[in-house]
Amino acid sequence: MKRAIPILTVLGVILAVWYVAAVWMNAPWAYDQAARADQAAPRLMQLPGLTLNQDRPVLPSPHQVIAELVRSTFGLPPSSKKSLVYHAWVTISGTLLGFAVGTTLGVLLAVGIVYNRAMEMSVLPWAIASQMVPIIALAPMLAVVMNAVGATPLMTKAVISAYLSFFPVVVGMVKGLRSPEVMQLDLLQTYAAPGGSVFWKLRLPSSMPYFFASVKVAIAASLVGAIVAELNQQAGLGARLLQGSYYGQTTQIWAALFLSAILAAVLVMLAGRIEARVLTRMGMAR
Amino acid sequence: MMVLDPRLWCLLAFWAGAWLLNSELSKGRSDWVRYAVPLVFGVTMLVLWQVGVTAYSVNKIILPPPSDVLARMMSSKPTLWADLVQTFFKGALSGYAIGCTAAVLVAIAIDRSPFLQAGLLPVGNFVAALPIVGIAPILVMWFGFDWHSKAAVVVVMVFFPVLVNTIAGLAASEVMQRDLMATYSASYWQTLFKLRLPAAMPFIFNGLKIATTLALIGAIVAEFFGSPTRGMGFRITAEIGRLGLDMIWAEIAVAALAGSAFYGAVALIERGVTFWHPSQRH
Repeated sequence: MKRAIPILTVLGVILAVWYVAAVWMNAPWAYDQAARADQAAPRLMQLPGLTLNQDRPVLPSPHQVIAELVRSTFGLPPSSKKSLVYHAWVTISGTLLGFAVGTTLGVLLAVGIVYNRAMEMSVLPWAIASQMVPIIALAPMLAVVMNAVGATPLMTKAVISAYLSFFPVVVGMVKGLRSPEVMQLDLLQTYAAPGGSVFWKLRLPSSMPYFFASVKVAIAASLVGAIVAELNQQAGLGARLLQGSYYGQTTQIWAALFLSAILAAVLVMLAGRIEARVLTRMGMAR
Repeated sequence: MMVLDPRLWCLLAFWAGAWLLNSELSKGRSDWVRYAVPLVFGVTMLVLWQVGVTAYSVNKIILPPPSDVLARMMSSKPTLWADLVQTFFKGALSGYAIGCTAAVLVAIAIDRSPFLQAGLLPVGNFVAALPIVGIAPILVMWFGFDWHSKAAVVVVMVFFPVLVNTIAGLAASEVMQRDLMATYSASYWQTLFKLRLPAAMPFIFNGLKIATTLALIGAIVAEFFGSPTRGMGFRITAEIGRLGLDMIWAEIAVAALAGSAFYGAVALIERGVTFWHPSQRH
């Protein structure tokens, strides 16, 4: 409870600022309407009533966004093309598929890098360099290429998500697989442990904290990748954002944005839960 | 049984040869090997790409060979430069400067209040993990199609990583060191500038380096939602419509170069500022 008070205060301040900003940013429209109807300009006290419930506000007020979120999540059948559940499912399936593929490939490459010096020296600099490059710029092009090859939208998205989640996992896992100390490696050598046992009993277990740290980055990156990939597609939260921006449906944009934020939070939190469970079971929890 | 045709044999043989060369090279320990091996790998990939695309006559709409991309880069330098100026110098850099400055200042301001810290840190950490690019359509609506909206997206994207890192950094100086400053009867500002900010620099630069990539991503993605008729994101979407894949690859190459140069510049400044830090000693 003691830790919640400052957070709640900050959230409250954000909410208050949002309401004030909504009044301020939507006021020109209210003034404009009054001028067109030849009425006197609305007074300051009337402004909240006129600005917080507009149909197409510049900045929708928080309760409008939540109402839209609830309406398009629970108010419609999930199969409807207007339902956010449908769009969120489209996004999530791409995210998870891409995340699974990207993480698996990333772990495999990291194992290769740790066990093969030539591979490390050739690939690792490029893997690190690729972190400094705006990989997302590739997304639209990958979409075209995948379309030309005849891939489904889901596969296109998954490829982009996999690509984005791949590099954090490689970099983190290389660090993790290298984290056992010389003493521990030496001990296994005195046991005459074969290479396989060194990997399964020492390197892999001690890489787990690093693995989960990069998983949390990778799943967030996967989601961003899926959303950006959907900018060129028909369904999904990204498509919803773009449609909203084409048709000036600000409330719809904010609702999609909130849902993607919630998705990101849930995914990262799930990863954190699994991390806590695994690390506790392995006696590595800090 | 699948029969391997001669083209594939050639490619595989070349790959194997380059790999042998690299595994021989990587046995060496000298300095130039550390640059030569990745270089050989990169060149091998490019050659395989070029030869593979030509040998199999892959449709240029799917994958243009690197030579085409290079030719396109050479022939449309003015366009690429105009796009780079619009997206990188106007959108990304100005947003980066504003966002990072604001984040450091806010961090210093809330550093004095444990209450604000306890409230803002979890919120900041949370926001830093969100798909912030999603606010791009909203900011494009507010600030118009020109570079101002791109800068605004970049500001929001870089703000939280830098804020979180700076706050962590301001806590990095040790109690003993702060006590020493107190025995010198140093004022708050003297302690801040002479001890705590320098001690925070490795953390701040960590945030600044993360932010370089985010800045470029933000500026490019924001252009997908509307832009004047120049800019890297605009060019990418426009060329998709015309299936000008060589131009898109050229833009990506430019973005990669600009991104690496930006990161490298920040890393270089970091080396100058945090010369005392163990990670910078060689």
